[in-house]
Amino acid sequence: MPDATQTISYIQAVQHGLRWSLEALDDTVIFGEDVAVPGGPFGATKNLHRDFGSDRIFDTPISETAFLGMALGAAMTGLRPIAEIMYADFMFVAMDQLVNQIANTRYVSRGTYGAPLVIRTQQGYSSGSCAQHSHSIEAYIAHTPGLRLAVPSTADDAYQMLRAAIVSDDPVVVAEARMLYPTKGEVRLDAPVEPIGGGRITREGADVTVVAWSRMAAAALEAAEELAAEGIDVEVVDPRWLAPLDFDLIAASVRKTGRLVIAHEANLTGGFGAEIAARAAEECFRDLRAPIARVGAPDVPTPAAPALQAVVIPSAADVVSAVRRVVR
Amino acid sequence: MSAVGDIVHMYREMRRIRAFEDRLMDLKAGGEVPGSMHLTNGQEAIAVGVASILRPDDYVTATYRGHGWAISRGSDLTGLFAEVMARSGGVNGGRAGSPYFSDASINFLGENSIVGAGVPIAAGAALSAQRHGQGQVSVVAIGDGATNQGAVHEALNLAAALTLPMVLVVENNIYSEMVRIKDMTKIDQLAIRAEGYGIPGVTIDGNDPHLVAAAAAEAVERARRGEGPTLIEAMTQRLVGHHSGDAQHYRPRGEVAEAALDEPLQRIRNAADAALLSELDAVDAEVAAEIERAVDAARATELPDPNTAKDHVYA
Ligand SMILES: Cc1ncc(C[n+]2csc(CCOP(=O)(O)OP(=O)(O)O)c2C)c(N)n1
Repeated sequence: MPDATQTISYIQAVQHGLRWSLEALDDTVIFGEDVAVPGGPFGATKNLHRDFGSDRIFDTPISETAFLGMALGAAMTGLRPIAEIMYADFMFVAMDQLVNQIANTRYVSRGTYGAPLVIRTQQGYSSGSCAQHSHSIEAYIAHTPGLRLAVPSTADDAYQMLRAAIVSDDPVVVAEARMLYPTKGEVRLDAPVEPIGGGRITREGADVTVVAWSRMAAAALEAAEELAAEGIDVEVVDPRWLAPLDFDLIAASVRKTGRLVIAHEANLTGGFGAEIAARAAEECFRDLRAPIARVGAPDVPTPAAPALQAVVIPSAADVVSAVRRVVR
Repeated sequence: MSAVGDIVHMYREMRRIRAFEDRLMDLKAGGEVPGSMHLTNGQEAIAVGVASILRPDDYVTATYRGHGWAISRGSDLTGLFAEVMARSGGVNGGRAGSPYFSDASINFLGENSIVGAGVPIAAGAALSAQRHGQGQVSVVAIGDGATNQGAVHEALNLAAALTLPMVLVVENNIYSEMVRIKDMTKIDQLAIRAEGYGIPGVTIDGNDPHLVAAAAAEAVERARRGEGPTLIEAMTQRLVGHHSGDAQHYRPRGEVAEAALDEPLQRIRNAADAALLSELDAVDAEVAAEIERAVDAARATELPDPNTAKDHVYA
């Protein structure tokens, strides 16, 4: 076992989480496109094929419908599959298996069948990525009862939340953030496995609550630093899981600060920010001293040109101006 | 066209594609191309051979590895450079980039970054061609790996059932990203799948533009006669990585060097006599100049206006 706590990148943390699952649970199998011998398109499965062999980790044809359906059948019959969808955008190719099959399994069988499987993917834009390689898919997933959804924003969360997903008896989609893959942080490799769910206050503040996840969680912290210089004290909440959502944590923070800004990279309309805003309006109406503000992409497909991306991709600066709007 | 002229024409078109992409790699190294690109380096004979027998009003749909398909159909090089360089002069104003551009002016329905997704779309173009009754055909290119997508099976069966004027070209470059197609399917020749749809399927040498043109001509004529789709599997190799940043650690040592001995441009040169060689050298020089003019023109266009970022979402 390596040192208990190591400073490693987000993608290395994912790799450690996968290795842990192969070591700890005999029934885990990992499959997807390019995951075995090549070691994964982003290196998440590096050396795992060498160490665990083709029985535990193997490449699939480019057949998302087939291999997500296979994950379900395997999960219903005793395995714990971890299927990788290379880019979150490709999940749409297999939406029937995800939404009509995997998500319904436990409910419609009245609990006699379950679907303990994990679908790992990564989402969001990157420089020059086209409109078919930039979607943030959380609202599509979180809308579907029966699915769990993790959106880790740090290396440690990438490791801990992946392990929580693997031991869970529910189907879990882990949507990593491609832009965060190189970011480093301390990862507690020997921490006990967490239960699913639970958000975190990543910065305490008194004036306004910013709820942000995935890439925007880091952007919110950056914004908070800038705002601190102006005398605005921002509390940042990273919900970490959107299903189940730790709304109590958000509500408690809103009760304290009286103001709420929600920031995500996905499009605004029908985005998960709308869900949090609606619940805050329902449950924290009397605590709010200002209208709720949302930061997200405008309802535009992601363009490839950086000059155009700069207009539609939310940044720390967008969080800063939203906060200024609500504290004014 | 004389036989020699024909070779020179094919060579020139292939050289234009090769030079376009080589220049893009330079531009990428110089920081002028954002994101990654999927180059068709080594596979040019397929697009060029097919294009040589198509009518201007035929439809073409490609994969993200589609630079060659657009160029061989006559898309403007300046517009293509500017698109990949994310400039306003791009054929889509920089919105699509290298892997997803389209060019309505040449009936190029677009590249696609979703593996296999082009085939149902091409079937739709074939349906409209059938309805319009002008003898147009719809050609769609996919990779070997894409043959394993559900969308491809469904669309081929549909096109066959409706006897649509469609030609599916499988560019079999052995690899699907980092894995070999032979490890992902039990059949040696992908063309035999055609039988399951009740359509003809052929496997051909995809590094010879004349052979490609001959196979495409037969398929296209069949489609124009109203006899339905054909599957052409064109064998080739890519001389570069899957994408522009791919270190190709999964490829055996020497594989690329060996493939380079038999790549389409080199093949023509290997068989050429002294007179033809000097003609080919002249072509190379002309193409090089054409490429430089296009790059300069692309660079001369502005970056996209941020105020237009939200345009064109709806009609
Ligand atoms: C639906 C979908 N799944 C996965 C990918 C990721 N991906 C992009 S290219 C590629 C390999 C495609 O191989 P092939 O069809 O043989 O075409 P080639 O790249 O060799 O031209 C994969 C898996 C994708 N773009 N779309």
